Amino acid sequence: MKFLLIPVLFMTFVLNAGAIGVDKDRLQDPDQEARAQHLMKQLRCLVCQNQSIVESDAELAQDLRAIVREQISAGETDAEIFKFMTTRYGDWVLLKPPFNSATVILWLGPIALLLIGGFLIFRTIRRKPEPDVTRPLTATEEKHLEKIIKGNNK
Amino acid sequence: MPLKRFLPLFVFAGILIAFMIGLSLKPSEIPSALINKPVPDFSLPPLQGDGIGLSTEDLLDPENIVIVNFFASWCGPCRVEHPALELLGKLDGVKLHGIAYKDRPKNSLSFLKSLGNPYDKIGTDLKGRVAIDWGVTGTPETFIIKNGIIRYQHIGPIHQMQVEDRILPIIRNLQQEGAS
Repeated sequence: MKFLLIPVLFMTFVLNAGAIGVDKDRLQDPDQEARAQHLMKQLRCLVCQNQSIVESDAELAQDLRAIVREQISAGETDAEIFKFMTTRYGDWVLLKPPFNSATVILWLGPIALLLIGGFLIFRTIRRKPEPDVTRPLTATEEKHLEKIIKGNNK
Repeated sequence: MPLKRFLPLFVFAGILIAFMIGLSLKPSEIPSALINKPVPDFSLPPLQGDGIGLSTEDLLDPENIVIVNFFASWCGPCRVEHPALELLGKLDGVKLHGIAYKDRPKNSLSFLKSLGNPYDKIGTDLKGRVAIDWGVTGTPETFIIKNGIIRYQHIGPIHQMQVEDRILPIIRNLQQEGAS
């Protein structure tokens, strides 16, 4: 398995670097740049769809990265930047969907399934084993038994 | 209990229905955030010369249904939808405007020269920032506007079949809406 380590490490570095490598205009302040990149990781690229704008090389992603940086240097808060994006592209642009009426099942579904499953398991475990019923044999059973015993004695 | 025996069947039916709904959705089609919202504020230069090519004011036209189409000469699907735009541009009570997205004005001009210019007014969005304000993800994209409110967004090229099936009914509905 060790032979996998190098490619995996390599991939991790490459993926982390992302398409952000193509950006020339980074923010001067490293704290602001870190904040910008933190926000970018939460914004979905609308062209490549399952990548964040950090990972995407698409022109639109580059433009959106530039906008995030501009707004951070203009002193906008994180919430204001997210709002800028969602008024244009909807909640869709957020990689982490917000909790609202459309996403209730998404957020609460797993918890509900866990509770239902737990309840079923609990019920099954707690169910007492069937008590030993020692009822007298019926007349036909008695006869049958007698027959067997006699047969064995032969 | 006979009902209990059928429980797995009910659960299965439920999952089946959920799958049928889920699989018929198109997750790659981005839902529009700007429907029933006012058009964004913008003002863009024209393809040639100085002044204003297209701005928000042009879209507030109370007389006509306004269509705004984002295009670029480098965009293949824009060529595909060009005949559909010609058709829409000729309709009565409809104004078709174009926004050239990240395109050199020289190239946009020769694109329109060779295919024909269906637009009433044209703005040039060199940096693509106005397109972002419109929630555009790529060209071509088309918006149908009435009284300055965006009513429909078409992502991708309008095929000629879709003009008849989708676009014209929307325009007719919007026109009737005002008449009643």
